Amino acid sequence: MAINLSVDLGAGLVLKNPVLTASGTFGYGHEFSDFIDLDKLGGFIVKGTTLEPRQGNPSPRMAETPMGMINAVGLQNKGVAYFVDHIYPTLTRFDSEVIVNVSGAKLSDYVAVAEALAPLDKIHAIEVNISCPNVKAGGMAFGTTAAGAAEVTSAVRKAWNKHLMVKLSPNVTDITEIATAAEASGADSVSLINTLLAMDIDVERRRPRLSTITGGLSGPAVRPVAVRMVWQVAKRVKIPVVGLGGICSADDALQFIMAGATAVQVGTANFIDPTVTIRIIDGITDYCHRHNISDINSLRGII
Amino acid sequence: MSKCICDFRLIQSYALPSGNRIMQFIPEGDCPECFPGQFIEVKIDHAPTALLRRPISVCHYSVRDGLTLLVKPQGPATSLFTELPLGSVVNMMLPLGHGFNTDIKPGEKVLLAGGGVGIAPLVMLCDCLAEKGATVHIALGGRSANDINGIPQLFPKAERVFASTNDGSAGTEGVVTDIPIFERLADYERVYCCGPTPMMKAVARIARASEVWCEVSLENHMACGLGACLCCVENINEAEGNVCVCTEGPVFNINRLTSWQ
Repeated sequence: MAINLSVDLGAGLVLKNPVLTASGTFGYGHEFSDFIDLDKLGGFIVKGTTLEPRQGNPSPRMAETPMGMINAVGLQNKGVAYFVDHIYPTLTRFDSEVIVNVSGAKLSDYVAVAEALAPLDKIHAIEVNISCPNVKAGGMAFGTTAAGAAEVTSAVRKAWNKHLMVKLSPNVTDITEIATAAEASGADSVSLINTLLAMDIDVERRRPRLSTITGGLSGPAVRPVAVRMVWQVAKRVKIPVVGLGGICSADDALQFIMAGATAVQVGTANFIDPTVTIRIIDGITDYCHRHNISDINSLRGII
Repeated sequence: MSKCICDFRLIQSYALPSGNRIMQFIPEGDCPECFPGQFIEVKIDHAPTALLRRPISVCHYSVRDGLTLLVKPQGPATSLFTELPLGSVVNMMLPLGHGFNTDIKPGEKVLLAGGGVGIAPLVMLCDCLAEKGATVHIALGGRSANDINGIPQLFPKAERVFASTNDGSAGTEGVVTDIPIFERLADYERVYCCGPTPMMKAVARIARASEVWCEVSLENHMACGLGACLCCVENINEAEGNVCVCTEGPVFNINRLTSWQ
């Protein structure tokens, strides 16, 4: 039986299958090319890109916690000009979709990055990160109020006429309000969840494990929270929802799809098994065979 | 050089007096070659709370003898790993990182300084440099004789092995740089060092002052080992800033590591 895994996120973003990689967990793709054929992915979302180069936070930046990890990388990247000149040319040969995660400290930064990426033919979508918990200004500050989310989304919308995905923070009272605001301001899709604000203390040394004290929790530990939020948001908005948070297997990915996600992103699991994305795609195909499902889209939002 | 994920079978495992463990594995399938100073990322199954792989230095690798690791049981996951019974199969990702520069001329005199579990990558490095015609001296640092006992036997091709212990129970009393050879470090063409950061910084300081070529191997906390997560960065110098230890290192020449002054 031929199975359709292709999903349409709207505004020109069609994926050959629903599996994307999450920003900040997959570098620029080439880091994984020894292990997998990148063209088998629905697409990959490259590292958060800012207007100016950023050194990120001091070490230590990572603490492993039960079934999860807390990171405080702080958007280390070489800036959008470097991306356009040096990294983008290495990405044009891929058949998979390449999505750029856009971050900023202030509104004009987001707009400037979107403008710099707009002429790049291969980039059909950007994911606007209004949810990074690890930077002092911008980031999550925009993503924790409906007004902030609307402000960034509207501003970027004017500078970007291709697919606009907005990545939401779970560190809010009601994520559906933020999703609704992004939708009303022109987002073509929303992705959720970014990491949960978290903290870990080394009691022997009596100090926090991260240089920034707090960081973002990811990995299987957050998955049930993420599934719940995707389910809530998918019930409220009409635009497609992209689900992420602790996905390690096809079953995990299918939970998000059944909760209402059109596509999923795989993040932390890439660190443990660089081939996990391919296992998930194959596992979804197997599931469809076992359950006599001819189109992955028929499973979406059945809960 | 292509990286791969490969299963290995444990064929030998024994504890050193320090409590650290020598573990020898043979690959279950094709396995790429590893070079001195490179590392592997091992997946430790059944450790209840461990999610990430654990980066471990390659202690020795050859087609004939397979892969040897020297492992310190540090937390629940590595403790579980060091207690694996013979015949266990574990999943590793390798070879990772840039190892030591072994491009030397025959007759060069080199010093390999190591402390604790940091001596691991020096074992293979010693064999490699000796085979290329170097005269290799080893300087070991430990807290007590237990940290030193059994270690010189891992360096059969070394011409001399020196030691220091904090309590004076073996070798020179003090830290590794208290061994008298560090007073005339310029006698050596090269110094290679792997150990606790304060030890590597002390060795690098003397090498810099003595104008001796020196490489150190960093052990920053890592997640992916592939340069994707950016968790293991070290601020190496003003121009380059934060770089990934897992891909740019773990071995750095101190001329590039100018932030270590």
